[in-house]
Amino acid sequence: MSAVESFLEGAIRTATPLAFAAIGETVVERCGVINIGLEGAIIAGAFGGFVAAGSGSIWLGFLGSAAAGVLVAAVFAIITIRVRADQIITGTAISLFCLGLTAMLYQQLYGATGAALSIPTMATTEIPVLASIPVVGRALFAQPSITYVLYLIIPLVWWWMYHTHAGLAVRATGEDPRAVIAAGIPARRIQILCVLFGGAMGGIAGGVLVIAQAGSFAEGMSAGRGFIAIAIVVLGRWHPLGVAAAALIFGAASALQYFFQALGWPVPYQLFLALPYVLTLCGLAGIAGRAVAPASLGRWPDQT
Amino acid sequence: MGAELALVTDALVRATPLMIAGLAVALAFRGGVFNIGAEGQLLVGAAAATTVSLAGHAFFGRGVVVIALAAAAVAGGCWAAIAAELRRRFRVLEIISTIMLNFIAIYLVSFLVRGPLQEPTHIYPQTESLPAAARLPILVPGSRLHLGFALGVAAAVLLSWVFRKTAIGFRIRATGASPLAAFTAGRIDVSRTSFLVFLFSGALAGIAGGIEVTGVTFALYENLSPGYGYTAIAVALIAGLNPLGIIASGIFFGALETGASALQREFAVPSSIASVVEAALIIGVLTLTAIRNRRVPGRAS
Repeated sequence: MSAVESFLEGAIRTATPLAFAAIGETVVERCGVINIGLEGAIIAGAFGGFVAAGSGSIWLGFLGSAAAGVLVAAVFAIITIRVRADQIITGTAISLFCLGLTAMLYQQLYGATGAALSIPTMATTEIPVLASIPVVGRALFAQPSITYVLYLIIPLVWWWMYHTHAGLAVRATGEDPRAVIAAGIPARRIQILCVLFGGAMGGIAGGVLVIAQAGSFAEGMSAGRGFIAIAIVVLGRWHPLGVAAAALIFGAASALQYFFQALGWPVPYQLFLALPYVLTLCGLAGIAGRAVAPASLGRWPDQT
Repeated sequence: MGAELALVTDALVRATPLMIAGLAVALAFRGGVFNIGAEGQLLVGAAAATTVSLAGHAFFGRGVVVIALAAAAVAGGCWAAIAAELRRRFRVLEIISTIMLNFIAIYLVSFLVRGPLQEPTHIYPQTESLPAAARLPILVPGSRLHLGFALGVAAAVLLSWVFRKTAIGFRIRATGASPLAAFTAGRIDVSRTSFLVFLFSGALAGIAGGIEVTGVTFALYENLSPGYGYTAIAVALIAGLNPLGIIASGIFFGALETGASALQREFAVPSSIASVVEAALIIGVLTLTAIRNRRVPGRAS
């Protein structure tokens, strides 16, 4: 494998969990809700996937991930959409709660040392013909099957959001929920369903980390990916295809660290580890003023 | 000294960074700034205080502690200034930017203690120990309780007075409550107010880190903070963002965390139970507050 090929492979690998989480959050934010608890859904999904995949079935593992993410999202939905507590503080609290709870459960179930329990990871599946495309073939089409699920979900979400009535209702709810309610459409129910969908995607993102990549669970292994995914939604301007592109660019930029490390420059390794976070800041500053958020994002109209 | 006294003083020692970082969070939230970055600001504050203490103790003698804490405040303020400027100039959501800065601060500390600030033998990933002259005085002889706790209480009283009695405090509260009203009716420079609030919030969190280094750890190392900056959010919210209440909630969480550590030692209960209880408390308080607000008549009109 050439340096360029391994760089591209690294880009796709880094981008996959981020794209899962970000595509879910795109739907959530388009209906007017900002779920900072996404980080919590990811770590819960990682843990749920780890436990469920321990049964031996990889797909059951992903089901466990999605279920854990949905559960976390349901708590967020009840508190913010039913009770109408502040979305940002609730989301932050839920993320902290999930990070603590998964750490506690892991220690409790698998011992305080957590001596690197590992589960079988998902093998890569090559897609015939496509995988033999020069340069990009292996990077794109010799991945774990869950990556191909992502390839399907992105265009599906785009088509659903822009070419169906349900998608229109979601976008309208994010712009002006009062108009949606006046039209007789249950805006709150739409928001709850979107948040649950976002939770499932976040959960699967955590599942990707454990089942398709690390093969084990570690405390705090989500490592801020939920927050990075929220930034990716902004960078992708709240459009599913833009978000997918932003996730890929972010993955590529992060994968540069392997490239630089291979060059053997005398740069401290912490610089590479900090790179994704620095890039997020730079990207957000760069997009300034050109990205327009859904009009009622983060608040319900009768809230001040 | 009795074991009971040690339990109390240990809880107060643990409460100190939570209290001061909690004040940082409360100041920011009151001013409408969602500073989730107390953790990172605390870490760079700790790094700055360590650097100044180690470099300056020979020259300044006992006065170096004051200079170290000032450096911690400046460092924390500067770290927050990055997010504040990104918010003011580029409208970058500060929740995201401060969390990114938290991760960057962790790697910055990691770089420092494995690079330029590493102790002379280059074996351990930490700095030299601070000399006695550069440490905060002990309040209760025979215990670990240091002057930082008293400084924290003083800061809470001061902040409470600022909020209630001063024009600046009013401007901060007005900006946080409704930026539009503060601007149109109060002619308050909202952008400048929230920028300064952000800076001072970062400075307070930085001081929390400086006090932790000069009062407790006496050296900089990775994992210096077991998430003080995040727990501080719980501390501030439970106290309803009231500075005097933060004294109580800080001590409560300090006791909770030292208690959890003791539970882990004695009964092998994972100490992360403390963070679960903390987060559950925030969620509970938020939910109850929201339910109570919904009952206020006339709100819907």
